[in-house]
Amino acid sequence: MKKPRFSAYIIAWLIGVIWILPFMGLFAASIRPYEEVVYGWWRLDKLSITLKSYLEALDHPTSPMSKAVFNSVIISIPTTILVVTAASLAAYALAMYKFGFKNLLLFVIIFILAVPVTSIIPPLFFQMHRLRLINTRAGLILVNATWGLPWSILFFKNFFLSIPKNFVESGRIDGASDFAIYGLIILPIAKSALISVAVLEFVWTWNSFLFPLILLHNSDLWTVTQCIPVIKGVFHIDWSLVSAAALIAMIFPLIIFIFLQKYYLKGIMVGAIKG
Amino acid sequence: MKKLRKGIIPLLFLLPALVLLGSLALYPVVESVRMSFMEWDGFKELRFVGIKNYIKIFKSKDFFNPKGILNLSSPPYGALIHSLIWLAIFLPLITILGLTFSVLLRNVKGKSVIKSFIFIGMVVPMIVCGVVIRFMYDETAGIINAFFRLIGLGNFAKTWTAYPDTALLALILGSVWVWTGFSMIIYAAGLDLVSEELYDAAEIDGASPWKIFWRITVPILKPCTVFIIIMGLIAALRIFDMVYVTTYGGPGSASMVLGLLIYIKTFVSIPSDLGSATAISTFLLFIALVTSIFLIRQVKE
Repeated sequence: MKKPRFSAYIIAWLIGVIWILPFMGLFAASIRPYEEVVYGWWRLDKLSITLKSYLEALDHPTSPMSKAVFNSVIISIPTTILVVTAASLAAYALAMYKFGFKNLLLFVIIFILAVPVTSIIPPLFFQMHRLRLINTRAGLILVNATWGLPWSILFFKNFFLSIPKNFVESGRIDGASDFAIYGLIILPIAKSALISVAVLEFVWTWNSFLFPLILLHNSDLWTVTQCIPVIKGVFHIDWSLVSAAALIAMIFPLIIFIFLQKYYLKGIMVGAIKG
Repeated sequence: MKKLRKGIIPLLFLLPALVLLGSLALYPVVESVRMSFMEWDGFKELRFVGIKNYIKIFKSKDFFNPKGILNLSSPPYGALIHSLIWLAIFLPLITILGLTFSVLLRNVKGKSVIKSFIFIGMVVPMIVCGVVIRFMYDETAGIINAFFRLIGLGNFAKTWTAYPDTALLALILGSVWVWTGFSMIIYAAGLDLVSEELYDAAEIDGASPWKIFWRITVPILKPCTVFIIIMGLIAALRIFDMVYVTTYGGPGSASMVLGLLIYIKTFVSIPSDLGSATAISTFLLFIALVTSIFLIRQVKE
């Protein structure tokens, strides 16, 4: 393997620093008072560090982040469980059985994957209204889970297809039922795939904004992403406060990425290489 | 009897996913198309009107306003043209930057840290990226204007997202900053599959690094490029959160995009303009249908 030139190191690290710099700014702004941040978070002539903005954001009068974190957690966990369950079951059928409408179903799944969610918000709003699911967590969980399914199904299907057929056959010979083969043979082998889907699904649900925006109007139910534009406001922006709120909103996905990076990237890349 | 049971088993496995996808994905998609052919009085459906809503959106300046771009005046040019401009800048830039970075980082020490730095924007909520983008462009508190002042271009300093002539471009570049992480990771994964010997052999044959890049790296990574273009297209048409939190489509619709226009016509306009909203939706759904046909070809390969 050829050793890269010294200049390549410098350029590579420079790019990395340029790309992360805006986030470093966000962090710096969140721990410094507004009076200092307004003239630039990078200026060090007067430096005071305070957690005041975090406390204000957590206890914000119209959109408290403390409540929002709780809301996001209890929406993201059931969504993740629902997606992992429904997607792995469906993918098992797609990978292991032959049935008439299989190609049609695959086409629908890929089509839904390509649909921008903004294009269904008018009918979705009316539908959820008729089902009395506006302003309910259950409604948001069902919608988020549904739109997380296509990618997860395709991911699981690819993984299941890579499992050698004799695992399934040996189960058949032992007289295990189809659901026993799925639950007792396939799922334990697919542990890493289950983690990948769970990790990505949790983060995607946590990060979602459009669905909560149109489904949850009661501010007691707001998720972290919903609170950010409200805290930001329109005319005067308190950068310290907004930065602290943004940091609180991103800390969960960030921690998950740092500790489960392997699974996270595998999810994205396997999807990429195999479609 | 046994055969019947055998036919039912895959259905049982599929049932939860079918119920969810059918009721909360496919039904609203079909309903969007149907609603676009109806006349509306606020939230009340009146009657079938054919393609009247489609004619209406192409006549409305917030959707399609080619005059502005033909006169070379500053935006708004309408959400459709803005989204097309978005694609025209966003797709080439994320591909070129992603490819360059992945090649550059191939053998660099600490590459996983640098890659994580570049990828972070893809991990955190898009709404947070929007806040960060708005912050970078701020006249006094933003790092970009500080850079301009540093190199003596201080009189260019302004809040880039607050002016009609720069708002759209500023947001597009912001989205490039976020999505370069995605294309870089895909290309890096593709590069890992290329054997080192291939490069060594080319080098022994006396090929220049430039030639190796164009004759070996680029063709081998073609499937990655196709995938990035397709996913980038889907992502760019989906853009909503980022624009919502930074400019809300402003100033004066100068950075309005299709997704946000649908939202505003449905929930903000008084009275609600559902005919236009669903006509725009159907337009997006049609693009999604075409995209998914390409995506299926990619999957089959």
